[in-house]
Amino acid sequence: MSYFKLPKLTTFVWKVWLRNRDVFMKTYKVNFLPPFIEPLLYLFALGFGLGTYIDTMDGISYPRFIAPALISISIMNSAFFECTFGSYVRMYYQKTFDAIIATPVSIEEVITGELLWGATKSLINATIMLPVLTAFKLIELPHALLVIPFAFIAGFLFASIGMCFTAISPNISTLNYPTFLFITPMFLFSGTFFPLQLLPEPIQYFALIALPLTHVVSIIRALTLANLSSFLLVNLAWILTVSLILFVLSVNLMKKRLIV
Amino acid sequence: MIVAQGLKKCFDGFVAVDEISFAVEKGEIFGFLGPNGAGKTTTMNMIQCISPKTSGTLEVMGMDVNTHQREIKKNLGVVPQENNLDPDFTVYENFLAYSRYFNIPRESAKKIIDELLDFVQLTEKKDTLIEPLSGGMKRRLILTRALINKPKILILDEPTVGLDPQARHLIWDKIKSLKSQGVTIVLTTHYLDEAARLCDRLVIMDYGKILVDGTPNDIVKEYIGTDIVEAENNPSVIACLKKRAARFEALGETLQIYTNNPQEITSALLKECPLRPITARSASLEDVFLRLTGKKLRE
Ligand SMILES: Nc1ncnc2c1ncn2[C@@H]1O[C@H](COP(=O)(O)OP(=O)(O)O)[C@@H](O)[C@H]1O
Ligand SMILES: [Mg+2]
Repeated sequence: MSYFKLPKLTTFVWKVWLRNRDVFMKTYKVNFLPPFIEPLLYLFALGFGLGTYIDTMDGISYPRFIAPALISISIMNSAFFECTFGSYVRMYYQKTFDAIIATPVSIEEVITGELLWGATKSLINATIMLPVLTAFKLIELPHALLVIPFAFIAGFLFASIGMCFTAISPNISTLNYPTFLFITPMFLFSGTFFPLQLLPEPIQYFALIALPLTHVVSIIRALTLANLSSFLLVNLAWILTVSLILFVLSVNLMKKRLIV
Repeated sequence: MIVAQGLKKCFDGFVAVDEISFAVEKGEIFGFLGPNGAGKTTTMNMIQCISPKTSGTLEVMGMDVNTHQREIKKNLGVVPQENNLDPDFTVYENFLAYSRYFNIPRESAKKIIDELLDFVQLTEKKDTLIEPLSGGMKRRLILTRALINKPKILILDEPTVGLDPQARHLIWDKIKSLKSQGVTIVLTTHYLDEAARLCDRLVIMDYGKILVDGTPNDIVKEYIGTDIVEAENNPSVIACLKKRAARFEALGETLQIYTNNPQEITSALLKECPLRPITARSASLEDVFLRLTGKKLRE
């Protein structure tokens, strides 16, 4: 089963991660802006705009209900787009991967470094949102601080999903399909802007089985509302298991694509 | 340093490199010459351990390419056919990132980079982004990047492709000076003058096979002779040549006669055939190349 061969990794993974961090830091002022502004836009439009017509959602104020969803969506988008369009450009147009594998670094390490960087972007962007949401008193500290390490874990999941699509995309524009067919539905139907329980039961099960964002929103909402339950362990187990499988799969798919 | 035996590479059944054997010695410049699609790049990729061989054996510095990729890559410097400097970085940042892939500590990397930029005379471009640089500068920078880890073997895949004469000469000088420092150099090219000028030994490849190998001089002597006499392609000249068992080939309007004794052939032709323009010149690698690979256009 060469699709699920465990990659051999060394500390070279971090050299690849460092490459992306260095590029990011060259323009950090611009990079920090979108994750700061985007949640504000959603908050004003949905939370404070639409939300004035909603007394409570699931027993809490609407802005408090969607605040964790905004964090989750940002985690999803940061890692997914970094490891789809971002990685595709580096792989295909910039030939960055080709340049790196001519050194002692292996292709497995290049891909893993990219995934860890995608996860790091999720962590950075989620972290930037916390002070904004705290300022509007929408999240509970200190519980919400756990969002920071969790953003990395959840980010790694979306990075791995993205990398699988990157590995099988014949060209960069076909990456639009997973964006519209997978990311957009998740954005809307993962318990983000209304509770999952409002959906017909089969769709609820579908969301729990096949929409990773459902589990991420569930955990982050519990953290920002300081309202923990044992079901979170199921969410976490789902995320860890699927991350591991897709991580290994994405590395092998990329290897098949690049090593001919 | 590099030994291949029956080395073969297939892409989905298409044979790109067809059971070739060669041995590159320490400290020499070894050339792979051939038209586009001959299989040169594919061979380089196998040596670099970035493309697995289909069959045969290939050892670099005594190590098998299948099992010792990291150790081999540590000792290689590579100039790929396609430029792949990192456009997100300046020249200096490019090299610094690259030095990390070899685990070179930052301080020594800085020193090496400064020395190398000086070596290729690009110190003033240190903080420029890659995009605005000329093709010649990019090629020089890629050569520089390949030297960061002080490689024992340099793989140069068409190092001067698309460059103007000045830039080519500069790169040739650098290659020669690297050789004098004891670096083993493998290069591919389809420029005949480049091969003749640089290579101690070379092979000519076509359709995945090695057609000849040897020093440039020996190859020319063996396949052509020292000189070429060109005469008009007409029956009386051919009859005269056949009588003397001369080696010749018809190339359109002209006959090329391969010889070690141009005076003799020339005067015989002048004597025996109706007087026509005849030229004699010394044979070059280009003549061997065209004779072996034909004049048909590739790709
Ligand atoms: N990744 C690949 N997949 C399929 N065919 C390839 C691939 N790489 C090279 N080839 C084919 O192998 C042959 C040799 O290519 P190459 O080694 O690049 O030639 P050269 O470098 O001598 O110009 C060509 O016909 C080329 O089309
Ligand atoms: Mg080539």
